[in-house]
Amino acid sequence: MKARVTVTLKNGVLDPQGKAIQGALKSLGFAGVEDVRQGKLIELDLATSDRAAAEAEVTAMCEKLLANTVIENYRIELI
Amino acid sequence: MKSAVLVFPGINRERDLARAFEVVSGVKSHMVWHTETELPDVDVVAIPGGFSYGDYLRCGAIAARSPIIDAVRRHAERGGWVLGICNGFQIVTEIGLLPGALMRNASLKFMCKEVNLRVDNATTAFTSAYAPGQVIRCPVAHGEGNYFADPETLARLEGEGRVVFRYCDEKGELTEAANVNGSINAIAGIVNERGNVLGMMPHPENLIEALQGGIDGRGLFESLAKVA
Repeated sequence: MKARVTVTLKNGVLDPQGKAIQGALKSLGFAGVEDVRQGKLIELDLATSDRAAAEAEVTAMCEKLLANTVIENYRIELI
Repeated sequence: MKSAVLVFPGINRERDLARAFEVVSGVKSHMVWHTETELPDVDVVAIPGGFSYGDYLRCGAIAARSPIIDAVRRHAERGGWVLGICNGFQIVTEIGLLPGALMRNASLKFMCKEVNLRVDNATTAFTSAYAPGQVIRCPVAHGEGNYFADPETLARLEGEGRVVFRYCDEKGELTEAANVNGSINAIAGIVNERGNVLGMMPHPENLIEALQGGIDGRGLFESLAKVA
């Protein structure tokens, strides 16, 4: 089973990279971009095929390592 | 003062830190590899700057899960001194010994220069050799030193006088231009509630001897030597 973890900055946390991307888009003529937030995508190949076990395991991975919950949120999708 | 300097793959300031301890205290530091699970008998554990594990995932994230870290946590819990500088500060926040996080510099640039720091709390074990409000010079070399904490944490840090160093101009004024990485409230270094863990982005270990262009960083190690 595969898991896809999306890590994004929490609301209220400044994202200088997002701002730079927004500026670059604007300079390319994309005028309607009101905000850009950049995140990370982490894909995991898991040995298990048990969805509940996979979800619990990946949640633990996010809490322990994959996300810094001081500044980041995470979302898990099992595929 | 007995000290241990932790060494992770990708760290590059460990010798500078060990040299600072030796110059000030006359005692050589133990260099402790990250796979160790016990610390030698020391007063101070120092976590140096560099790019541990290539700063993959997040700065300091992987180093903060190394085998030696449990021993560092126990050392801090017993009241032992912990000093995290630059990548070491990032690692200490990732461990959770200090609140907040270090984000990408607001300028998006790696900043390698000398800055001014204001000593905003000279009553800590790390700063007692400085005068309150003293302005010192200190080098910085980082791409992710932009300190962030949520408003509640920030209010607590400020209210308890736990902001130890701030980026300032040469007169000690907090200007936008002097805030080298865009840190919230110009925060350059903080201590934990108990006052035995300090994290800071600038490198006091690089201004210890006249040969390095100044000795403004010496006070931090002299302060520690008084208590350790």
